[in-house]
Amino acid sequence: MAEATFRVFRGDKNGGEEVEYTVPVTEGMVVLDVIHHIQGYTDPDLACRWNCKAAKCGSCSAEVNGKPSLMCKTRLDHLPLDRPVTVHPLKAFPVIKDLATDVSWNFEVNKKIKPFTPKPDTDWVMYQPDVERAQEFRKCIECFLCQNVCHVLREHDKHDNFIGPRFLVRVASLEMHPLDNGNRLEYLKDEAGIALCNITKCCTEACPEEIHITDNSIIPLKERVVDEYYDPLMRLLRKFFGKK
Amino acid sequence: MEKFETHEYDVIIIGAGGAGLRAAIEASNKGCSTAIVCKSLLGKAHTVMAEGGVAAAMGNMEGEDNWKTHFCDTIRGGKFMNNWRMAELHAKEAPDRIRELEQWGAVFDRTPEGKINQRPFGGHTHKRLCHVGDRTGLELIRTLQDKGVHSGIDVYMECTVSQLLKDGEKVSGALAYWRETGRFVVFKAKAIIICTGGLGRAYKITSNSWECTGDGIGLAYEAGAELLDAEFVQFHPTGMVWPPGVQGILVTEAVRGEGGILRNSEGFRIMEKYDPERMELSTRDVVAKAIYHEVKGGRGSEHGGMYLDISHRPAEYIKKKLPSMYMQFMELADVDITKGPMEVGPTTHYTMGGIRVEPETAATRVPGLYAGGEAAAGMHGANRLGGNSLSDLLVFGRRAGLSAAEHAQGLSAAPTVDAGQIEDAANSALEPFNSKEGDDPYAIHRDLQDNMQDYVGIMRSEDDLKKGIDGLEQIKQRLKTVRTDGSRPFNPGWHLALELRAMVVISEAIARGALQRKESRGAHTRLDYPETDAETYGKINSIAAKSGKDMDVSTAPLPQMPDELKKLLEDK
Ligand SMILES: Cc1cc2nc3c(=O)[nH]c(=O)nc-3n(C[C@H](O)[C@H](O)[C@H](O)COP(=O)(O)OP(=O)(O)OC[C@H]3O[C@@H](n4cnc5c(N)ncnc54)[C@H](O)[C@@H]3O)c2cc1C
Ligand code: SF4
Ligand code: SF4
Ligand code: FES
Repeated sequence: MAEATFRVFRGDKNGGEEVEYTVPVTEGMVVLDVIHHIQGYTDPDLACRWNCKAAKCGSCSAEVNGKPSLMCKTRLDHLPLDRPVTVHPLKAFPVIKDLATDVSWNFEVNKKIKPFTPKPDTDWVMYQPDVERAQEFRKCIECFLCQNVCHVLREHDKHDNFIGPRFLVRVASLEMHPLDNGNRLEYLKDEAGIALCNITKCCTEACPEEIHITDNSIIPLKERVVDEYYDPLMRLLRKFFGKK
Repeated sequence: MEKFETHEYDVIIIGAGGAGLRAAIEASNKGCSTAIVCKSLLGKAHTVMAEGGVAAAMGNMEGEDNWKTHFCDTIRGGKFMNNWRMAELHAKEAPDRIRELEQWGAVFDRTPEGKINQRPFGGHTHKRLCHVGDRTGLELIRTLQDKGVHSGIDVYMECTVSQLLKDGEKVSGALAYWRETGRFVVFKAKAIIICTGGLGRAYKITSNSWECTGDGIGLAYEAGAELLDAEFVQFHPTGMVWPPGVQGILVTEAVRGEGGILRNSEGFRIMEKYDPERMELSTRDVVAKAIYHEVKGGRGSEHGGMYLDISHRPAEYIKKKLPSMYMQFMELADVDITKGPMEVGPTTHYTMGGIRVEPETAATRVPGLYAGGEAAAGMHGANRLGGNSLSDLLVFGRRAGLSAAEHAQGLSAAPTVDAGQIEDAANSALEPFNSKEGDDPYAIHRDLQDNMQDYVGIMRSEDDLKKGIDGLEQIKQRLKTVRTDGSRPFNPGWHLALELRAMVVISEAIARGALQRKESRGAHTRLDYPETDAETYGKINSIAAKSGKDMDVSTAPLPQMPDELKKLLEDK
């Protein structure tokens, strides 16, 4: 049977190192299968997160050969197996142990976003073309791969000033809900730090759900912020014609 | 004894799937201090994987749909084993629970008139499943999660409960440990609701996520609750069969709902033989057995399943209505489902059995202990209809939250937690670290899965079940000395060692319930008793409860529905 070599990061917040494992390769195998094989036959205490094994829960994010990926969706036959494959935890978050990182910051950010606020007296009639914009953003499985690749968080560590692409998508899903009446523009400008995004689109490329993070959520949100705070004519018009 | 943190609440919910979140929202809404404890991150519970939809007789597509038809479909699908009152409450309350979700921000697919769209599903007379493409569970969990975090509920995530604590007869709290550090946490509570989901991981081929190890069912059993009808385990007809790594992963029934056709290796449309009237939209038990027979008869697909084909539908339509199926097959199996068929076969999917509860209050027989969602039993009888689980989570999650809150508010003083009990529970959880000689938990788990798959699977017989029960005895013995290497922080081997305790309990309840039920009904098929026996087994539920150190398996009379409901079933 064919074999492949993996170098998996083992360690915790105090540091660690790559440990080499050789595993048998079967048809259609994914990187998460490799991790399970290591747990099941070699090192039962190798830590990693996973739930669905079907790219639906966003738990198994890691960096495979340096590329942020869902391990359950990364096929071995798409990797060069003539040399060792590296598997590391996400870089933008502190390591807990091995492949598990501390992503709790994301949950704190989410709490601060103003929840869905329905228009008063709505009859709840919505049409498919109108809900589709919000639905695109609601596909997010919170894998945090976009947060991991965004240089504002990854290189500049601006976790206190910037909510990251995932939560800009979240805000967009609320702002573009046809019946939402909440106003999140001040939040976007100040706390969320939307101006820190300089539209590099790395987040969009990383998204396993193929959400057009930059084009469909961040740019329209930026435009709304600009309209609200920096464009006197638009502000005047809106005064006469209502919010959205 | 090491130091541990202690937290006190009126109501504690174990599990953050649809049922747990809905229960917590209700308890908190009633003014109770409320916490959720869950073993994964928030939003990752198994519910997130639900695809096809949530059933509710809204009548948006076909005006004549109503609760009565939904009730009759549920009872017929459950082969008359359902708790009639639960089925009635479920059918009546599901539409309100859907409207409420929409008001909390859920964005369902729409009809041309702007109402919530509903799709057909197996066993449902009308188009009844509200959905969001094929990611309905994600929508449900995100909506509830968001509502929950803004309702003042505390969430303890990646915190695993290993034992319930009691004050005399009453439940008084739980011992848990943080996965991150391996350190213990004590929760004190006036009421506890178990919403820990299913048990598919006791089987080798399953659609279930890693969490589905039956923990809560085991916890409730150990605390004195009864288990009901454990033998009814649903094998979903369409799991992936190839490549090996993805075996068991679900292919949503929505594929058939959207017109998918099942063919054998000879190109024959198999349901013409097994259920010509309903065809692919027959109930899951029927379709799963049809596939089993075709494969046994040598007419299986290349990798031992059936062909499921939706490619006659326009490619754009498929990508829109079944986007995650399209991706799943494209990326994991190199199959383009807009161009050719998928290969599918049965996979362990859902437990109809579980914790026995009162139909209206979700109360177990242990005072202060409640259960909801997949962990609770009764609603679905011998076979669950697709879409009826998500609605069950909402209807009975809410009810469990409500009655736990009332119970908590009715107590004059909080029950006490006993230090000795906590210490025993902690020591018991640490036992695997003290074992030097025993087996590795992964090895034991593999053997358990093989044992259940081979002897307590989709087709059962007395001989096999007895072999399965013997096998379980050996596994139980090995589990006594299970060995964990490494240290306590984030140690999956240790985690599995503790999960195995629950898996062994539920496996035994399934196997012994199956041995006791000498008939075939719904998901439970006995090769040696192929007929349904309305006279004897049609009138009894099976019960498993702890007596001393052992499991006692017995029967209880199935509650009989009032005449006006019986008449509904006769009329249709
Ligand atoms: C692939 C798939 C697709 C499905 N599609 C549909 C569908 O379209 N329609 C439908 O109606 N049904 C569907 N189902 C069934 C349905 O999804 C499940 O029955 C339902 O989601 C179970 O929800 P729950 O709230 O009971 O538990 P779960 O969602 O399973 O949540 C269990 C919770 O308990 C926690 N937990 C477990 N043990 C412990 C412990 N020891 N300590 C602390 N926390 C613990 C977990 O962390 C988790 O938060 C599907 C199932 C699968 C597998
Ligand atoms: S586009 Fe903006 S949010 Fe996305 S990665 Fe670049 S800077 Fe970050
Ligand atoms: S937006 Fe995409 S990449 Fe970011 S968390 Fe969601 S699914 Fe992951
Ligand atoms: S395990 Fe769920 S996304 Fe990989």
